[in-house]
Amino acid sequence: MIKNTAAQMSASLAKGEITSVELTKLHLDRIADVDPKVKAFLHVDGESALNQAAAVDADRASGKKLGPLAGIPLALKDVLAQQGVPTTAGSKILQGWKPPYDSTVVAKLKAAGVVILGKTNMDEFAMGSSTENSGYGPTFNPWDLTRTPGGSSGGSAAAVSAFEAPLAIGSDTGGSIRQPAALTGIVGVRPTYGAVSRYGLIAYSSSLDQAGPFGRTVLDTAMLHEVIAGHDPRDATSINAPVPAVVAAAKSGDVKGLKIGVIKQLQGDGYQSGVQARFNESLEILASLGAEIVQVDCPSFEYALAAYYLIAPSECSSNLARFDAMRYGLRTGESDGASAESVMNSTREAGFGREVKRRIILGTYALSSGYYDAYYGSAQKIRTLIIEDYKKAFTQADVLVSPTSPITAFKIGEKSEDPIAMYLADVATIPVNLAGICGMSLPAGLAEEDNLPVGFQIMAPAMQDQRLYQVGAALEAALVSKWGGHLISKAPALGGAK
Amino acid sequence: MSSLSRDEVAKLAALARIEMSEAELVNLSSQFGSILDAVARVQELNLEGVKATSHPQPMENIFREDVVQPSLTPDQALSGAPAQEEQRFRVPQILGEAE
Amino acid sequence: MALSYDDVIAKYEPVLGLEVHVELNTESKMFCSCSTTFGGEPNTQTCPVCLALPGALPVVNAKAIESTIKIGLALNCQIAPHSRFARKNYFYPDMPKNFQISQYDEPICFDGFVDVEIETDEGPKQFRIEIERVHMEEDTGKSLHVGGATGRIHGAEYSLLDYNRAGIPLVEIVTKIVPGTGKYAPEVAKAYVAELRDILRGLKVSDVKMEQGSLRCDANVSLRLIGSDVLGTRSETKNVNSLRSVERAIRGEMIRHAELLNDGKKVKQETRHFQEDTGLTRSGRSKEQAEDYRYFPEPDLVPVAPAAAWIEELRAQQPERPSLRRKRLKEQWAVPDKEMAAMINADALDIVEETVLLGADPTKARTWWLGEISRIANEKELALTELSITPKDVAAIVALVAAGELTDKLARQVVDGVIAGEGTPSEVVAKRGIKVVNDDGALMAAIEKVCAEQAETADKVRNGHVPAAGALIGAVMKETKGQADAARVRELLLGHLGQASN
Ligand SMILES: [Zn+2]
Repeated sequence: MIKNTAAQMSASLAKGEITSVELTKLHLDRIADVDPKVKAFLHVDGESALNQAAAVDADRASGKKLGPLAGIPLALKDVLAQQGVPTTAGSKILQGWKPPYDSTVVAKLKAAGVVILGKTNMDEFAMGSSTENSGYGPTFNPWDLTRTPGGSSGGSAAAVSAFEAPLAIGSDTGGSIRQPAALTGIVGVRPTYGAVSRYGLIAYSSSLDQAGPFGRTVLDTAMLHEVIAGHDPRDATSINAPVPAVVAAAKSGDVKGLKIGVIKQLQGDGYQSGVQARFNESLEILASLGAEIVQVDCPSFEYALAAYYLIAPSECSSNLARFDAMRYGLRTGESDGASAESVMNSTREAGFGREVKRRIILGTYALSSGYYDAYYGSAQKIRTLIIEDYKKAFTQADVLVSPTSPITAFKIGEKSEDPIAMYLADVATIPVNLAGICGMSLPAGLAEEDNLPVGFQIMAPAMQDQRLYQVGAALEAALVSKWGGHLISKAPALGGAK
Repeated sequence: MSSLSRDEVAKLAALARIEMSEAELVNLSSQFGSILDAVARVQELNLEGVKATSHPQPMENIFREDVVQPSLTPDQALSGAPAQEEQRFRVPQILGEAE
Repeated sequence: MALSYDDVIAKYEPVLGLEVHVELNTESKMFCSCSTTFGGEPNTQTCPVCLALPGALPVVNAKAIESTIKIGLALNCQIAPHSRFARKNYFYPDMPKNFQISQYDEPICFDGFVDVEIETDEGPKQFRIEIERVHMEEDTGKSLHVGGATGRIHGAEYSLLDYNRAGIPLVEIVTKIVPGTGKYAPEVAKAYVAELRDILRGLKVSDVKMEQGSLRCDANVSLRLIGSDVLGTRSETKNVNSLRSVERAIRGEMIRHAELLNDGKKVKQETRHFQEDTGLTRSGRSKEQAEDYRYFPEPDLVPVAPAAAWIEELRAQQPERPSLRRKRLKEQWAVPDKEMAAMINADALDIVEETVLLGADPTKARTWWLGEISRIANEKELALTELSITPKDVAAIVALVAAGELTDKLARQVVDGVIAGEGTPSEVVAKRGIKVVNDDGALMAAIEKVCAEQAETADKVRNGHVPAAGALIGAVMKETKGQADAARVRELLLGHLGQASN
């Protein structure tokens, strides 16, 4: 049962073949079984999950009308506030903090009857591409436990990939949903900026952050997308428009006559051969399904990484200032006569990890007087050029595509000493964030050289998220029929008994 | 080749309120050369006349009505406080003057 | 060397710059829905947003924008068609986010002016204070310093923080530099803050109570040698919490600067704190190592772009300017200078005008509000507006007196009754059975009785010593329990004793 899709589980629950409590227990068992190896979760609250499940079962028994995901278990990235549940954003500075409020995403999940199993591991404050920057140790890729699952939402991706949960929530600031989805062989979507409320999403880079869904299929992902999206008056950047019909698009999955644009700048040098090969194969499949493949040029994408690594650190240097040991979280250095200032200094030293400090310092520099125009100011202008490149490209194509990650899952420790090499992991995903548009990664097969999953990235204009699902579903159907099953079924068993 | 001296890193760390050991200062200073080279690419293009984008979606005038909603209870507000006294957050002595 | 103020102005010209912070009187905070009510129990008006809990986001209060635009218009400012919020980054425990949401290079209002008039040696003179900008920001929490010297930050062992005030909407009004005020600099500054206060009060956008901190002034002062165009180093004095303090602080800083300069010393660019008790300033944080605030556009808030039609609508609703209104009322009501000043001082202009608009004679209305009612208000330590008597009540009382249904003395009882909560004036009259004795027969009986009792006095009057009648009139009034019209009593009494009454 746990290897089923969320859509199948939903049908089984509706038919009474299984209860939500049973389904939740199966997943809790699976977590107990494999999570010691995968370490996807920072916090599992079995009792609370079973209570939520029982409540859904009771509602179902009383004939209450339930949404399609009612009673389905889910793994929540630890970056989202959940009332009364430890929420750390992967940082020691928030160890033990229990929010007195629910993020809007959590409120929507609860309202939909989704059963939250626990909080998943992540790079500290979502800064990283491997989950190695977590203050609580790395998560391991279920495909190969010596490798990273990508990041920063590595815990959520690994949980779904290891069948610990059929669905998960992640957040994507520079690729933090799509890249781990690619590296773990599942589907992940970064919705349009403003489509999912950021209220209660612990901010890394406010103008780039966006929460989004993970699933093992395009349809499952769409179902979760529909639950969490929608206007929220508590987020001033939330878009006040109807949620795109993503579930319907995922069910239709037709690409006949669609123009699919291949971005010239997001392939070639630096892209692993197996990644490129799977990408090209997917393009051929889309062409065979009746899509027209065109090449598009986005020259300013070359500067996207540089712009991102100025904008995100700048915003984070300000967003993370609130972690100061005064109102919540860690407090250290409180010896006799210590001042508030010295306690702040020492707590931030002790509570933040290396990468977080590196980005805070970089951001502080980029915003400081005398450097603002050269760094932050220029980066914001590059952002404008990237938006213009996309605009032009979307006049030539309905969706744009690229490999999600230039490489497959890398070894734990392989890049952790080289920040620049790590930053390059996001080279293909970052332009979407800078432009505020939407993107999906779905499995395109295994790279021949290492037998690890490759992600295929689809990008669509703002609030055209349904296009991702339409194209994704078509490609998925063709690939699944070619492979004789979902790619995830090829993942190693992890020694799990069930 | 860009660089950031140990003293410049120290100044930034002070601005960002992060205590740093000598080793950390030196280490960050040595890393910053290549990081700054990477990000300084934003200066390669002629950006004259290009508008800066601070918000990815073109939105304006998002306001809320001036209506009071319930606040947290003081217990909730103080629930995460490292120290509290008389329903207030207790913090070590503050050295600087307020703004 | 100690200098006199005259020594200072003989040699130097002061250059002023004034920054006024105004707390708006919105119901809810600037970026969250917590109440702004003053004086609540600590940390009862806080939420994830104003405590800066991880994940919380600000949303702008529409009323705060409207109030700020109203202020800009009243200060003759341009209203920016497009403005943005920015983050001002610095760490301080009373500021939960460790950045303040403010406005930087795109304030909502800019380039305005306020004209103020002061008395000079050559008579009244007008000064124009140019406004650089008006922008929105948020207030900080309050800290209580424990241990060490009472309540002082220095030497305290620890501090206790209450965030009820964190996030209260603030508007900052910044002047351009104000040169050319010469020796009148302190008076001009005071007049400017007073005018600002009246404008804001007229707009009904703030409580403008300096003592409660809802209007706060920072005064920048520098001196330059007369005839020179080189600006001196400025000091910024905070904590100036009354109109009188504005004047004292500037005068004091001018003297302090001049003493330093005369001694060949340098004025430090620094923040100073005004001390109400001594009238002096003390050194605060030095600004030599200027804090780098790293302003950047607030990514959590979208730009503010007020529609031109809305601005015009607000412009059309602008109240009369306080200075024009004062001039108009003074003429319309024929108020002498001294009384006008008293009325302004007592903050009674609005309430008197309202009473007059309800039909009361301006002089009567003014006399009631500034006399008997002010006396009671002082006794109760309440503002006129906080008493339960309204302009409508006062207008009714004035009307009753005019109709001869109440004497002034009886009317005072009615005022007492209304303030005591006994109802409207007519209800008080009915309940207390107050009425003027109009029956001449009854009055004559009382007069005859009194004259018989005080025959000696009555004879004095009969013999032409009219002032002696006062005692008899008083006795008659007492006899009629104060319900008689004293003028009528006098008329009848003097007639009775064979004297002409006039
Ligand atoms: Zn609040």
